[in-house]
Amino acid sequence: MRIRSASVAVLTALVVVSLALGGCAPKKPPVARPLPPPPPTTPEAPPPPAPPAPVAERPVVTPPPVVEDPMASRSIDDLNRDSPMRIVYFGYDSAELSAEGRAVLDANAAVLKKYPAWTVTIEGHCDERGTAEYNLALGERRAAAAQSYLVALGIPASRVKTVSYGKEFPFDPGHDEAAWAKNRRAHFVITGK
Amino acid sequence: MPTTRLKTIAAAVLVAGAALLARPAVPGAAAPQSQQQSEIILSISGESGARPRYAVPDFIGRAADADTQAAAKLMGAVLWDDLAFEREFYMVPRDTYRTIPAARSFAEIPFDRWRELGVDGLVMGSVERSGPAAFRVEVRLFDVRTRRSVMAKEYTGSTSNPRLYAHTAADDIHLQQRALRGAARSKLTFSSDRDGERIANAIAERDVKEIYISDYDGANQKRVTVTRKLNLFPRWAPDARAIAYTSYRRDFPDVFISLIYQGTLENPTGGRGQNWLPAWSPDGTRLCFTSTRDGNAELYVMNRDGSNLVRLTNNPAIDTSPTWSPSGTQIAFTSDRSGSPQIYIVDADGLNLNKITAESWCDRPTWSPAPFNEIAYASRTGPGYDIRIYDLATQERRQLTSGQGSNESPAYAPNGRHVAFMSTRTGKKQIFVMGRDGLGLKQITTVGNNYTPDWSK
Repeated sequence: MRIRSASVAVLTALVVVSLALGGCAPKKPPVARPLPPPPPTTPEAPPPPAPPAPVAERPVVTPPPVVEDPMASRSIDDLNRDSPMRIVYFGYDSAELSAEGRAVLDANAAVLKKYPAWTVTIEGHCDERGTAEYNLALGERRAAAAQSYLVALGIPASRVKTVSYGKEFPFDPGHDEAAWAKNRRAHFVITGK
Repeated sequence: MPTTRLKTIAAAVLVAGAALLARPAVPGAAAPQSQQQSEIILSISGESGARPRYAVPDFIGRAADADTQAAAKLMGAVLWDDLAFEREFYMVPRDTYRTIPAARSFAEIPFDRWRELGVDGLVMGSVERSGPAAFRVEVRLFDVRTRRSVMAKEYTGSTSNPRLYAHTAADDIHLQQRALRGAARSKLTFSSDRDGERIANAIAERDVKEIYISDYDGANQKRVTVTRKLNLFPRWAPDARAIAYTSYRRDFPDVFISLIYQGTLENPTGGRGQNWLPAWSPDGTRLCFTSTRDGNAELYVMNRDGSNLVRLTNNPAIDTSPTWSPSGTQIAFTSDRSGSPQIYIVDADGLNLNKITAESWCDRPTWSPAPFNEIAYASRTGPGYDIRIYDLATQERRQLTSGQGSNESPAYAPNGRHVAFMSTRTGKKQIFVMGRDGLGLKQITTVGNNYTPDWSK
């Protein structure tokens, strides 16, 4: 059995990204982020009468320091290596979202709202205790549960794909409850930005 | 001589005429009208109802070259294994033949010596070259008591696969002596990570799984797909020329068909939704499969080319793992509509649903071929699974494996007498076969992990 470490999680995420890239050797060019919608226009109220101008010098306003958003500049591979999208875990033979799972999805939805150009694929995975055949459907159901929750929060379904890998790609190769709990998961892979 | 063998006798009259003339049977030649009684006995019987005892020495190599000599030895050994596999005959162990001088022709067989070993049926063969890359192989079955040849066959073909001559002769012997369709020329297919390749264009450790085939006895293992992706759940087309399977070739599960002798690929579901676990109808014209195209895992039936799609199930639960009845009128499948995965049967038009299991977790039903009318499936019996068989006529259940590792994904041999399955009993996932009575376990694969087998029809 291979001993996995945290770095494997990173590697795993990277694989998935490469998968999503469809095997193209050169990376896809970054897709331009769509412009945010214009602010809603409100009917202009009549301007109040201007107060007499005080005799004073206008204070100098220092702009806030420019903080570069590290997420915006990172490559998809780097994003998936250390993903801002967290993993949702499930119970045995279940695709029901726990309170904890919903909290994770709330956070993931916030990330997707902050970066409206990002698209993701949710991978559904199962532990080794089920049969390979049935588990493909169970993994799909887990991915779909996460997708539906995000859509209910206002994320367009077109930005969230699902795929089930059944029990074919366990995160933890162990054979105990601790490993199984880590393997029953919906794993988010960023596929476009 | 049981009366059920009469059919065999009638079928063998043509062979008998040829055998009595000590000439190989000529297919298509007019059978001479026998002057003898029609109940001439060609079937070799054992002592007082016991299974007849058969011996298969090395074939006679009629050319001195190493290939011919090696082929002659190999054919004898493979034919012995093929006959042992069906357990219709008691196979006298080959290491006991050493005291008997090897025959150099069919005319100088020391029948007395074979009789001393208690041999009832002696299979002799000879190999000669009929061309630079061609063999001519003769196989004869002798009744050691009467010293008569009761079957004589001649085969010609390539030198590339000597085992095939033995397999063909074994099937002919089973057919003539037992009216039995042997499995010696059938093939297995399965999914394997044995080549240790990783998913393409990725640095993380995700192993690929590709589709492989092998002879029924595990010989001639060959790779079919080269995708560097996941390829799972292969199923032989009834004509054994194509394999349908689930492939992540485009990074989502979809149904593909590989025509293995043409090297071509079909994709009947064409990426419309996500589709997996295709199962051939018995006539090979249709496939039943699982799809989430309408939002939930349901069963659909389509023509082999993807046309004429019909939805079979409509339930918020998971419906998956389909298998057809031999007549094509019913489909068994797995559903968790009762809370856990269990096996159900439904008519091919979607009516008359019946639940046939109430166990912890059941999956991968596989309907037996006729004349048996039973469904094999994997049932959770502890930490892992065991292969169980449900007899549809008696509604009785029996268990083939007993908790040695996990045992999953059963598939029937074309004659229904054997089951292939995946087991972890030796550590990794490997393909095994055993008789439908749970005896005769034989390991087929040893390298890497190998799973989800299917047996050609």
